[in-house]
Amino acid sequence: MPGIELKNVSKTFGAATVIDNVSLSVRPHEFMVFLGPSGCGKSTLLRMIAGLESVDAGEIWIGDRRVDQLAPGDRRVAMVFQHYALYPHMTVRQNMSFGLRNVRLAEAEIVKRVAAVAKMLEIEHLLDRKPGQISGGQRQRVAIGRAIVKEPQLFLFDEPLSNLDAALRVRTRLEIAQLHQRIEAAIIFVTHDQVEAMTLAHRIVVMNNRRIEQIGTPMEIYSRPATSFVAGFVGTPTMNFVPASLVESTNGFASVRLPDGTLVHTKIDKTALPTSQSFKLGIRAECVDVCAIGEGQTAGTAHFVERLGDRTLIYVRLSDGTTVVAEDAGDSPVQLNDHVGVKFNGASAHLFDDQERGYHAVPDVGA
Amino acid sequence: MASPTSKDSRWSNVLYVAPYLFLFVTLLLYPLLAGFWLSLHKADFFGGSRFVGLQNFVRLFNDKVFVGAVGNTFYFILLTVPALALIGLGLALALNRATRRAALLRGVFFASSVLSVTIVTLLWRVVFAPDGGFIANVLNYFGRPSIPFLSTESLALPAIAITTIWWCIGLPMMLFLAALQQVPRELYEAAALDNAGRWKTLWHVTLPSIRRTFALVVIIEVVLQFQLFGQAQLMTLGGPNNASRPMVLFIYDVGFVRWDVGYAVAAGQILFGLILIAALAQYLVARRKEAF
Repeated sequence: MPGIELKNVSKTFGAATVIDNVSLSVRPHEFMVFLGPSGCGKSTLLRMIAGLESVDAGEIWIGDRRVDQLAPGDRRVAMVFQHYALYPHMTVRQNMSFGLRNVRLAEAEIVKRVAAVAKMLEIEHLLDRKPGQISGGQRQRVAIGRAIVKEPQLFLFDEPLSNLDAALRVRTRLEIAQLHQRIEAAIIFVTHDQVEAMTLAHRIVVMNNRRIEQIGTPMEIYSRPATSFVAGFVGTPTMNFVPASLVESTNGFASVRLPDGTLVHTKIDKTALPTSQSFKLGIRAECVDVCAIGEGQTAGTAHFVERLGDRTLIYVRLSDGTTVVAEDAGDSPVQLNDHVGVKFNGASAHLFDDQERGYHAVPDVGA
Repeated sequence: MASPTSKDSRWSNVLYVAPYLFLFVTLLLYPLLAGFWLSLHKADFFGGSRFVGLQNFVRLFNDKVFVGAVGNTFYFILLTVPALALIGLGLALALNRATRRAALLRGVFFASSVLSVTIVTLLWRVVFAPDGGFIANVLNYFGRPSIPFLSTESLALPAIAITTIWWCIGLPMMLFLAALQQVPRELYEAAALDNAGRWKTLWHVTLPSIRRTFALVVIIEVVLQFQLFGQAQLMTLGGPNNASRPMVLFIYDVGFVRWDVGYAVAAGQILFGLILIAALAQYLVARRKEAF
């Protein structure tokens, strides 16, 4: 199965640029997720690959075929739509075989493929029903089945889980992951849900404001975010960002002082940092601990306590008014308005310069 | 619960529906029943009235002019309704796009609907006139003789039908346009990815999605065209030799020209029954839920 290559792809609607010079490549059999907030251009990019939106500049290649000027049906891609887009007046069987009929596949082959896919997705008992007579989750399976029978070179999923209720979404997510094991084609999956992205993807393309912010594996995205946008968008709760200024240090790693005077020693290579003096310290809640007063680098007041069961999020207001979110055990004894010590695990901290670019701890050094 | 106060309040509730009930009884129920009662009488406008039972209806079934008018009405419906539905659909399909030209043309095709029947028939009488009319001029230019459409038995009703189609095409077009806008765009996108060409998309996606509207348009137009009157009255007076006399014109002539009111009302009852059947069909179509 071929890979997919986007070269300097752009799209404009009148004066508005909706996709700005995007390049990326999807490897054969890769599960690629486009992640980003509403309006970032991720769905538009997917629809451009499908041929539902024109490409104003750049090239799209699937294997050794340039497809960006081909009709959608000629690109050998299959798409699962957000609202399923099943043909309401056709039975499930007709829905699945419509595309195959249109390319004049032999009837016996159509029957064989539909039967095999229906068996795989456990929708055999629904084949003679119409979309209006089956549930949302079942429609989702039919939509996926309609894509699979085409044996495309690339699957495109446009937020396919957003219409399902929470329990069904988790189950379908798992099934899509399993489905990917059984097919050879690559998958591009668009979502604004970072959990879907983290759990499904080989690699994630984080998009914001019509551009790609970062392409990387889920763990790269999570632990080495290229920009402060990626750092803030991925992870729950949102990463803490605190203004920080560099101070002298002797061990080659950057040390920073926070506005309330706290000193944080990072594992970030000092020489890699730009000369700019204005930085933001980024640190995830799980790397901030509450402790007895005096034990941490600083202290503050718990002005909000969120108990999630397995863990507790404590919003601590420091002396200068900055709030940082710390994570504690599920049975944390901290109460609202308690004074607590705060311990920053500087080894896991990130710095972001005034261009929003991220700098991360040197891997496998020291600790 | 049967306390006096609750009973009072229940009676006062009647006040809320009283205005509607009053209008319903005086404007619908009473005329309906009075009309049926009148159809059982030999009556005129000067108070002379005599109960004759079903004699008016027996007379109607033996009246060649009336039976001819019923036939003309059905023939007229056959001439106009399929054409209105198909041309309306074709226009809607052609003009269902967001360009300025399409918007302009939608306005143009709907414009004829706002004209009164007087204007429309005046216009088309000029088109059909054998002396210096538009069609006559075209025929004469090619060296062919004029055709007197409105005074030829076999052409009078078709000429009225053409006039009516031109006049009424706006409504079906608008209904189809509204229906086309309701078809989800994703369906067309799925069809594009399914390699469906233009005709396959039309046949397998668009038309099945608007079939309820198609039925609705057909029934609405049947009900409307049953009531053909003005065009026939103004263009041919039902002639020549009653060849273009529809039921409503028959009723009008009998009631208001010959003053045989009971007889006219009896014919009206039959027209009412026919329209009622069409209206019931519309009710059934509108009520039927499609599996979406």
